[in-house]
Amino acid sequence: MPEQLIWGMEVFFNGLMAGVLYALVALGFVLIFKASGIFNYAQGVMALFAALTLVGIMEGQVPFAHLINAIFGTEIHHFGWHVPGLLAILLTMVVMIALAWAVNQFIFRHLVNQEPIILFMATIGLAYFLEGVGDIMWGSDIKKLDVGLPQGINGPIDELTYNIFNYGFFIDNLDLVATLVAALLVIALVIFAQYSKQGRAMRAVADDHQAALSVGISLNFIWVMVWSLAGFVALVAGIMWGTKSGVQFSLSLIALKALPVLMLGGFTSIPGAIVGGLIIGVGEKLFEFAVGPMVGGATENWFAYVLALLFLVFRPQGLFGEKIIERV
Amino acid sequence: MLYREAGDFKTSYVADSQTFPIKFDRYRYYAVLIIGFAFIPFVINDYWVNAIFLPFLIYSIAAIGLNILTGYCGQVSLGTGGFMAVGAYACYKLMTAFPEVSILIHVLLAGGITAGVGVLFGLPSLRIKGFYLAVATLAAQFFLVWLFNRVPWFYNYSASGQINAPERTMFGVPVTGPETAAWAAYLFCLVLTVFCALIARNLTRGMMGRKWMAIRDMDIAAEIIGVNPLMAKLSAFAVSSFFVGVAGALFFAVYLGAVEVGEAFGITKSFLVLFMVIIGGLGSIFGSFAGAAFLVLLPVVLKLVGVDLLGWPTDLVAHLQLIIVGALIVLFLIVEPHGLAQLWRVAKEKLRLWPFPH
Repeated sequence: MPEQLIWGMEVFFNGLMAGVLYALVALGFVLIFKASGIFNYAQGVMALFAALTLVGIMEGQVPFAHLINAIFGTEIHHFGWHVPGLLAILLTMVVMIALAWAVNQFIFRHLVNQEPIILFMATIGLAYFLEGVGDIMWGSDIKKLDVGLPQGINGPIDELTYNIFNYGFFIDNLDLVATLVAALLVIALVIFAQYSKQGRAMRAVADDHQAALSVGISLNFIWVMVWSLAGFVALVAGIMWGTKSGVQFSLSLIALKALPVLMLGGFTSIPGAIVGGLIIGVGEKLFEFAVGPMVGGATENWFAYVLALLFLVFRPQGLFGEKIIERV
Repeated sequence: MLYREAGDFKTSYVADSQTFPIKFDRYRYYAVLIIGFAFIPFVINDYWVNAIFLPFLIYSIAAIGLNILTGYCGQVSLGTGGFMAVGAYACYKLMTAFPEVSILIHVLLAGGITAGVGVLFGLPSLRIKGFYLAVATLAAQFFLVWLFNRVPWFYNYSASGQINAPERTMFGVPVTGPETAAWAAYLFCLVLTVFCALIARNLTRGMMGRKWMAIRDMDIAAEIIGVNPLMAKLSAFAVSSFFVGVAGALFFAVYLGAVEVGEAFGITKSFLVLFMVIIGGLGSIFGSFAGAAFLVLLPVVLKLVGVDLLGWPTDLVAHLQLIIVGALIVLFLIVEPHGLAQLWRVAKEKLRLWPFPH
């Protein structure tokens, strides 16, 4: 087999893995959009915030240490304890639920019945706010996140492919774990949405707010729940990306990676987010591999967007999105 | 007491349909122009021009451009930074290719080129609407920035990948390059800002502006009453991009002088201009100025209070700024979705009755 093809296959598999991570972020968007019609730009910053909080709790950092030191002239930084990973994740989840409640209480309750685009802009404001809060709370330096996930090259796959192609594929263990987690997460979400009482209520709200209200579903509760779920997804995404490349500002930019995934898959479809993520992941890695060197590289920055844009011209609602019906 | 329309009789349709029908407004406008042209140039120094006046004027043009697209025509764009980059690089290529032509013409031509690119990226808006379009404009943002970063022709194969504005003069006075006097740069930008604001104001209250607003309010209904959505949307993209391109050209040539595209015209710039439009007021020319002034002054004031007065570290103040800007956006959307311009309108209504409450 020619070398180029084998390399291409390796790129393909790595693209799939990257796609899973994109899909993970996109999932958070879809959840909120379906249930409340809010296109949550802050999802990426939520992932960053969750990862920052997780690291901060694990390391025993004093929240707002920077600010306190500046105001009172003190020199405090750490409590001096270390919290084990699992407990820290649980505590972070509590913080994310509190955040979900606050976001609903202080922002979106006041914006009911506003146009979708106003809500979208509000989430951009929220993204800025949260980014600032995260930085002030935990400091803006790059942090290492280690909750005990395996990392590095996967031995068996390397050996297996070496035996077949005479060339070992480089597949990261972390990516495999991420794929597994994402698959479990999607299955859990689908089961939750299909079979649990709250899940059904969530779907009812997604269908029609007023009808849902009239059969006695509390919109407030559902919205807080959905934002908490999105916070949970953000936490998972934050752990994966944070372990992979450190917890830093660029983590929040994965939201920008997830947007074309959503456009491709459709804003309202969970399977769409997965399939879109895989297409984008594989597409951009293969494009960079095949065409990138000819045009100066770094095509990953825009390829996903242009692909989604061209695709939308032919199918404006995305792959699995609900058909857009316009009435006067 | 002073702000009255009583006794201000109009005897012709022209007088009745002028931009500022109330006498007091008109005189205030003339006063602002006179102060801007005849007073400020004599008293400003480098710090004032570079910290406040140039960014304010240039962002005002960009905000007017985005306001036409988003506020008047209802098409949300997140690609402003990319279009500003087009203006900057078009201006740079023109300046270096035709050194003998006036810089004013280059800046306007750069706007024209940006308008063309804007129409190109506006084409999908006929099929794609709402969020999908907002996200689709991000394609323009990322693709254009990448293009200017990676294709050496655009930056004339310079080793650093930066573009530097060569010295160009207007009436013998340098307005670009390191030798520029503060007042010259200020006046050059002011003339263009006033020019752009006049055009925008008169476009938006004419037939074209009404078509845009019809499309914004409901595109299908607009189509039924005879507005051609193709022409309306594309003209909005073209006009908007023209202004944004002029702003980009000025931002590069007059304000910064040297530009690295990813840094100067990244996605944060797109959001910054969008915030100006939201805080200032969607669908208002005055709002564009108010929003630009607000977001230009905010960091300056914060730095003055936080760093110089309280002695806090710079990075802490920068983070606080993020929080304040984010909170303000949300607050404005909740309390006053029409922004500073609406507050101004309400204040004027109150002034008309003052000091009598009814």
